[in-house]
Amino acid sequence: MRSRRNDGGMKRRVLPGLILALISLPLLAGLAGTIGPAFGYLPALGGNRLTIAPFERLAAQPHLLQSALVGLATGLVTTGVSLALVALFTAAYAGTRMFSRVQHLVSPLLAVPHAAAAFGLAFLIAPSGLAMRLVSPELTGYLSPPDWLVPGDTFGLSMMAGLIVKEIPFLFLVTLAALPQTELAQARRLATSLGYGRVRGFLIATWPLVYRQIRLPVFAVLAYAGSVVDVAMILGPDLPAPLAVRIAGWMADPDLQMRFLASAAALLQLGLTLAAMLVWRAIEIAGALLLRRMSISGLRCADDRLIRGMACAAMGVSALLVILGLVVLLVWSFAGLWPFPALSPQVLTLKAWMRVLPQIAVPLATTMALAGISAVIALMLAIGLLWRTDLRSTGLLQSMLYLPLVVPQLSFLFGLQILSLTLGFGTSFPLLLFVHLIFVLPYVVLSLSDPWHAFDRRFETIAAGFGKSPWQTLLHIRLPMLMRACLTAFAVGFAVSAGLYLPTLLIGAGRIVTITTEAVALSSGGDRRTIGVYALLQTIIPFAGFAIASLMPQLLFRHRRAMRI
Amino acid sequence: MSPDDKTDGLHLEEISIALSGRMLLSLNAIVRTGEILTVMGPSGSGKSALLAFLGGFLDPAFTAGGRLSIDGIDLTGMPAQKRGAGMLFQDPLLFPHLSVGGNLLFGLSADIRQKDERRRLALQALEDVDLSGFFDRDPATLSGGQRARVALQRMMLSAPRYLLLDEPFSKLDADLRQQIRALVFDRAKSAGLPVVLVTHDEADAEAAGGTIVTIGGRQDR
Repeated sequence: MRSRRNDGGMKRRVLPGLILALISLPLLAGLAGTIGPAFGYLPALGGNRLTIAPFERLAAQPHLLQSALVGLATGLVTTGVSLALVALFTAAYAGTRMFSRVQHLVSPLLAVPHAAAAFGLAFLIAPSGLAMRLVSPELTGYLSPPDWLVPGDTFGLSMMAGLIVKEIPFLFLVTLAALPQTELAQARRLATSLGYGRVRGFLIATWPLVYRQIRLPVFAVLAYAGSVVDVAMILGPDLPAPLAVRIAGWMADPDLQMRFLASAAALLQLGLTLAAMLVWRAIEIAGALLLRRMSISGLRCADDRLIRGMACAAMGVSALLVILGLVVLLVWSFAGLWPFPALSPQVLTLKAWMRVLPQIAVPLATTMALAGISAVIALMLAIGLLWRTDLRSTGLLQSMLYLPLVVPQLSFLFGLQILSLTLGFGTSFPLLLFVHLIFVLPYVVLSLSDPWHAFDRRFETIAAGFGKSPWQTLLHIRLPMLMRACLTAFAVGFAVSAGLYLPTLLIGAGRIVTITTEAVALSSGGDRRTIGVYALLQTIIPFAGFAIASLMPQLLFRHRRAMRI
Repeated sequence: MSPDDKTDGLHLEEISIALSGRMLLSLNAIVRTGEILTVMGPSGSGKSALLAFLGGFLDPAFTAGGRLSIDGIDLTGMPAQKRGAGMLFQDPLLFPHLSVGGNLLFGLSADIRQKDERRRLALQALEDVDLSGFFDRDPATLSGGQRARVALQRMMLSAPRYLLLDEPFSKLDADLRQQIRALVFDRAKSAGLPVVLVTHDEADAEAAGGTIVTIGGRQDR
């Protein structure tokens, strides 16, 4: 009896332990593989003794401080602005009918790859972009595009904008997932009855409960935005570029001695991310103090229509920028001659598509294979994990899942690449697949865990009463009933993998290319029509995943009304 | 079945259930075949925990002691799927992804192997509750009373050793409640099954006609 229970306990711990190892070992190995060369230790390249020479070389790089500061500021500003907008919008509208309608917009926006959204924004705001064409020459008098440094402005403002419009859907989605754990309706009624305005009442009564739950995702945004490479290459400043972009360049340098410098820089990036997190911690404390003062001051701010309107407008603009960007990409991909002030191309042509499609077959197939296989494996692991453990009661496991998202990718991926080369793995599809899995798994688990926990366990109880084993119950009852949630989780994983830039670039080492690495490579000097085709294809792939996820249940369960909602 | 006074029926010996150190209930009872033990008590008194314990799916947050046996076979510590506990809840909980017939076949004991025989038994079960022709129907298209009857037949087809009923009539309207209650009790009695019924409703207890146990005077705050 007793021993059997213990066996059960062991079994329960095996899978979570495996998954923990799956995530943490490559991370630790990667960090070690970065730290070694940063201090001159890399026997394969003749580095046998410890030295700080790589850091000295790094310090001697021109404009290093500016590069580092732009990265730091981008992380903090992106996180701050997108979180503030999401918080205000949620404060103003959570619980209303408008809010529940907006929810449906979030997933599609989230599915747009970062690079595609960045290209779209670039095509909107560039001097020859759609925004300028709208007002030229009537308002501006420009007959040729002005010589402005946009995108690519020195302070990284366009890069921040590009990141903000993409992080808002993400933070909004995690906020949506956190809201049911708060007594939203009750708190709203109470605050209103005491005369508080909607926004102030929500911020005082409910926001702290929400924020506590979304803290890890917020830190993930902070780490990502501060060390992003693809968006920075498309929208960020040049000369000097943000630190992460320069690091990626050094890592890809044909001069192998540059790897020491690149490793030192990757450690600097890790330090910068830690610094950003410390600053953010200070912002958290200041925010908590501010909220406390707001709650004891007694001020009601009963009329908050202005702030509500602003929050709504800001969210609308952010969504519109992504959507309009995609439209502009679409138009460019079919554009023939399209001289500057004209609002639309003179002719539409299939030329760009005809030219690009034959070249793109292999990257496309690679993208689909990577995304499909990693998402399937991640889905199976996620099901096993949720089946075997109550994630909600194991905070450690949940934090571990976020680890690959909170540690800057640059700091451990490069080390992982060096390690795998040293160990003789070389560049291989399985290794790249494995690295994709590390990034895909957290999102798949996150996506599946809410519907999983919302499942009515009495169905399983009944099945057990019929003598069905846990396995039979899982296969015949839970998984079929959670079919839609599983497919959605698969689509999320598929989208994440398809959009991964840096891991694919570093581990694929230029020999395994996906549509995303190809698209980003066009950012310097690619022509707009080609970029349009690539970026659109890059967007279509994840959308196809989501479309399948929503259509398949309709088809499979066409005779089961309750399964089609 | 040879009625042996010592072992016949469902034996609940010194059952005690506690949650984080607080004793919820302790109970001693014997439910003979065809009898109904009615358990009443305010919400939070541990009625559902008792049923969960009897069914073998008590949340590990609870600590439970005592011994449960049926016809002399010890069930304590036996996994839920080996106990043969048929269950009815407030909701019929028909599996939404299966047809009515699929639900019945899922419930039907695996001892019956032959495909034709399995189908015949499922069809017969439908006919017994005036639902002939419902085999291929989508459960979502059934009325409340029809669903309750399918749920009952699905449970009976699984050849349970005892029944656990968790306020199974509370969501039905008055007319239907009486009708379904009579049907369930009748089927349980004619199959000679011991039944534990948890309910709020005095009328349920009265109709059950067996022993009534009231547990947990304290209200959970």
